Amino acid sequence: MISCKDIIKTYKTGDTETNVLKGVSFEIKKGEFVAIIGPSGSGKSTLMHILGALDKPTSGEYILNGKNMLDLSDNELAAIRSERIGFVFQSFNLLSRATVLRNVMLPLIYDNDVKKEERRKLAEKSLLSAGLDKDRWHHLSSQLSGGQMQRVAIARALVNNPDLILADEPTGNLDSKTGDIVLETFQKLNKEYGHTIVLITHERYVAEHADRIIELKDGIIVNDNTSKSLLKNK
Amino acid sequence: MTFADLLEETYLSLSANKSRSGLTILGIVIGIASVITMVSVGQGTTAEIEGQIQSLGSNLLIVSPGSQKSYGSMVRSSSSSTTLTLADSEAIKNEISNLKYVASVISARKQVVYKGNNTNTNIYGINSDYQLIKSLSVSLGNFFTTTQIEGVSKVAVLGPTVSETLFGENADPVGSKIKIDGMEFTIIGVTESKGTSSGMNNADDIIYIPIAVAKHYFTGNNSVSNINIEVISAKYMDKAEEDVQALLLTRHKIENVDSADFSITNQAEVMETMSSVSGTLTLLLGAIAGISLIVGGIGIMNMMLTTVTERTREIGLRKSLGARSNDISNQFLLESISLTFLGGIIGIILGILASFLVNKLGGTTTVVTLSSILLAFFVSAGIGIAFGYYPAKRASNLNPIEALRYE
Repeated sequence: MISCKDIIKTYKTGDTETNVLKGVSFEIKKGEFVAIIGPSGSGKSTLMHILGALDKPTSGEYILNGKNMLDLSDNELAAIRSERIGFVFQSFNLLSRATVLRNVMLPLIYDNDVKKEERRKLAEKSLLSAGLDKDRWHHLSSQLSGGQMQRVAIARALVNNPDLILADEPTGNLDSKTGDIVLETFQKLNKEYGHTIVLITHERYVAEHADRIIELKDGIIVNDNTSKSLLKNK
Repeated sequence: MTFADLLEETYLSLSANKSRSGLTILGIVIGIASVITMVSVGQGTTAEIEGQIQSLGSNLLIVSPGSQKSYGSMVRSSSSSTTLTLADSEAIKNEISNLKYVASVISARKQVVYKGNNTNTNIYGINSDYQLIKSLSVSLGNFFTTTQIEGVSKVAVLGPTVSETLFGENADPVGSKIKIDGMEFTIIGVTESKGTSSGMNNADDIIYIPIAVAKHYFTGNNSVSNINIEVISAKYMDKAEEDVQALLLTRHKIENVDSADFSITNQAEVMETMSSVSGTLTLLLGAIAGISLIVGGIGIMNMMLTTVTERTREIGLRKSLGARSNDISNQFLLESISLTFLGGIIGIILGILASFLVNKLGGTTTVVTLSSILLAFFVSAGIGIAFGYYPAKRASNLNPIEALRYE
């Protein structure tokens, strides 16, 4: 479903050119749970931005669900993000003065295909999938705990039924216990609902929750393995 | 993104920061309110001046003696000129068509005494047409009868100001005798107040006497101070003015208009001049108030720029969720328009209230017109767009990746 071929990303600062990605190629099938791991400066964030249609590669080919992402205008990229991609961020990025339900419905106001009456239903459905208790739905998001906030963020990423869920260090701001619950939520979404998930992290432990680990270092893939958790389960 | 969504988002973000939104609105409120008040004062003054000129009589031509070509030289004051005579007045009345009334006036400033009180005031010798042109009516006693006007009986009608000066407030002077320049006159009436117009031409600070009496006792010749002519309707004004001029030039045997020994004042022209003066006044007042409106607009821009900076992460988030640049700029633009719109409405209400209070307490006539309200309204909406555009553009141009990283 995702096909990346020889992706190169170069940043120019003045006269110096920095090669962040130096030819990255991989494929991710529908329903896979993949972790991209690497130390800081390895280019994993840049790769996530490209996968999330927030950024364009300098060269190379990125095909998402049959659609070539090269040469798209800013508005076309926005439409891709609106319809095909769900983001989960390290710092949750919820609107603190809005209720949980409103936060989850937020992506739908940018998607003209979804009618206003359907929004609430879709939001409730994805809140149930993300495992947030019903009695929290009308709270302001600022009144929630970190784990609850991240589950609201996950529900928000699910609400437009995306082809791909991108999670950027989703446990980075959480203690290990809450982090585990969030990771289990991702596993559940992958196993039970069949969502394709790409998780970006620098922690080996977090990456082990995925089925496959792509390891980046200095802008190239150094390892692409089936993870231990999957081996254990087999 | 539908317009309803946009409105909802706007409401949520403005209400999230009530005190800041309120203060920003206040800037616009003060701007709009002062524009409406100032313009209403200007337009009130215009209306008042027009009313005063109108109250002198309508469709009026005033012929005064003395040269009209007077640039650089002293104008000979009308009282010292004797070029205009009762015969001229008669000729105008008899030979020119489309005239309603012709009233010659002999005026003089004289000392007036009643017992211990005395005052120096205008004595107007008038005929019966004069009363009609100026629509004079009496509050006490009677006006002159035709017999009194034509005869030489020494009777007088006082203006209310003179009556007050000589007899005190609310006194009834009818029947009393006053001395004008040493001659005794019997008071037969007091005119209704014309309203307080200040200066030499105060219509209330006057004593009217029959013209024949004035001629007999004060001037001793046939000259008149001026001739007031009322034309049947406004459309004959210019024609009548030309006719009167031609007639008088012939009678005075003057060939060149420039050396005429009389001048004609057209009331319509005076009105036009005064209107343009007070129009400039209105413009000036409006411009001063407009400056405060611009300051208010800059306040809006300032707040919107702060908001954009504060909400950088939110903008990044919205973009990552699929918001297009237009969605973002529309959202911020609508926020600033809503602020000015609200401020505009409150400002209009306050402005109307303020001009009402100025009218009641300040003693200045104010007129709030629909056009000034509409102007204020569209100006405030325009300010919302003009001063909101730059912050909105800035928000929509943010790079989503950098915006998401912003701390």
